[in-house]
Amino acid sequence: MSDVSLMVNGKRVSGAAEDRTLLVHFLRENLGLTGTHVGCDTSQCGACVVHVDGKAVKSCTMLAVQASGSSVVTIEGLANGADLHPVQAAFKEHHGLQCGFCTPGMIMTATDMINRHPEGLDEATVRAELEGNICRCTGYHNIVKAILAASKTMAKGTKGKAKQAA
Amino acid sequence: MYSVNYHRAASVADAAKLVKNGDAKLLSGGMTLIPAMKTRLAAPSDLVDLSRIKEMQGIKVSGKTVTIGAATTHFDVSNDEKLKKACPALAHLASLIGDPAVRYKGTIGGSIANNDPAADYPAALLALGATIVTNKREISADKFFKGLFETALKDGEIITAVSFTAPAKAAYEKFRNPASRYAIVGVFVAKGKDGVSVAVTGAGDDGVFRSKEIEAALAKNFDAASLAGVKVPAKNLMSDIHASADYRANLIAVMAKRAVAAANA
Repeated sequence: MSDVSLMVNGKRVSGAAEDRTLLVHFLRENLGLTGTHVGCDTSQCGACVVHVDGKAVKSCTMLAVQASGSSVVTIEGLANGADLHPVQAAFKEHHGLQCGFCTPGMIMTATDMINRHPEGLDEATVRAELEGNICRCTGYHNIVKAILAASKTMAKGTKGKAKQAA
Repeated sequence: MYSVNYHRAASVADAAKLVKNGDAKLLSGGMTLIPAMKTRLAAPSDLVDLSRIKEMQGIKVSGKTVTIGAATTHFDVSNDEKLKKACPALAHLASLIGDPAVRYKGTIGGSIANNDPAADYPAALLALGATIVTNKREISADKFFKGLFETALKDGEIITAVSFTAPAKAAYEKFRNPASRYAIVGVFVAKGKDGVSVAVTGAGDDGVFRSKEIEAALAKNFDAASLAGVKVPAKNLMSDIHASADYRANLIAVMAKRAVAAANA
C-alpha cells in the first residue's frame, strides 16, 4: 500500500491504494469520478485518457502511485460550472458522439491536441492524432468536425496563443 | 495484475540499490511493462520507477555527437529542435511510435531494454552504430541487441543514455501492421563516414539485423536506383498471419528504396 496524493481537477486529494492500483481505478473507485471510462483495458482504445501534468495519457496504463504528486484533469474538470468547455460544446453542436462511451477520452485527447497545435489543425492531422482513440460506433466524421470547430473557437478565444492544458 | 511494491528512484545510484529488492524490474514509461503485468505475463515483486530521474532525461547535441537520456520520452525525441537538425530521421522515427498518449510516456531506454522484434528504435541504433551507456559500462549497438526480447544487459544494469555520431544522411521507413501499427518491416538507412549501414526491424526471426545485400548495393552508389533487382533472402525472416517470410523479404527492399529516396530528398 502507498499513499497516493494528487491534485485532481484543482482539488487536493489523497488516499491509500495498493501499489498495483491503476490510475483509472483510483479515479473511478476511490474518487467516484466515473466519467473516465475503461474500454479495452489493453492501452488501445483511449476511453481512459486523462491529463497528467498537462499531457493526455492512458490512465489504464499507469499506476495511481506513479502519478502521485502530479496534477490530473479528468473530463469532470473541463467545464466551468454550467458552461461547457469549447471542446465539449463542439462535440454537442456537431453531434460528435453516438453511444458516448469513447467521448470522455476523445475530448481529453482533443483538448491536448488543440493545445499542442496553436497554429490550427487540419483534417489529416486530427485523424492522425486520433490514432489512439477508438469509437466503436465509428462516428469519426463528426468527431473530426467537432475538433476542427473547437480548434477555431479556442484560437479566437486566446487570440491564437496556445492555451495551457484545460 | 499481481501485487507489487512500487519504489520511485531519485537518482541512478538510488535505482541501482532499489533494483536489488526481490525480483524487481525497472519501470520507465510503462507502455509495455504495465500491459504485460495486467495480463500477468510479467509478475515482478518490485518496480523501480526511473521516470523522475533528472540525470536520465533530455537530449544533448555537441558538434556531431548526439546523446539522449534513457528516460527521454518519444514525444520529446520527436519534438527536439536540436535533434531535428542533427538527425531528423530519428525524430521522425519517434513520431511514428504508438499513438500520442503512448509517446508522452514511452521512453527510448525502455524501448531498447525491451528489444521487441518489431520496435522501431533498435533499427535506428543499430544502423547509426550507437553506443548504449549503462550505469556499469558502454555497449555498442551491434553487441547490445541479442535476439527476441534479449539484450546484453545484466541483471539490475540500468541504461542511462544512448549516444551516436550524427550521420550525413539517414531515413526510416516503416510498413505498419494496419491493426497493431507495429512494423511488419521497418528499415533505417544511414550514410556516415564509415559507409552505409541498413538495419531492419519487424522482420528477423532473431530480432533486429543489418541487411548485407542492401548495404553492398548502396556502398557503390547511395541511390534508390542501386537497389533495383536486389534480392533479400527470406531465410531467417518471420512468417506469421500478417506476412510470410517471402513477403517480408520483398518489403525490406521496397522500404529500403523508399528510405534511401527520403534520405536523399
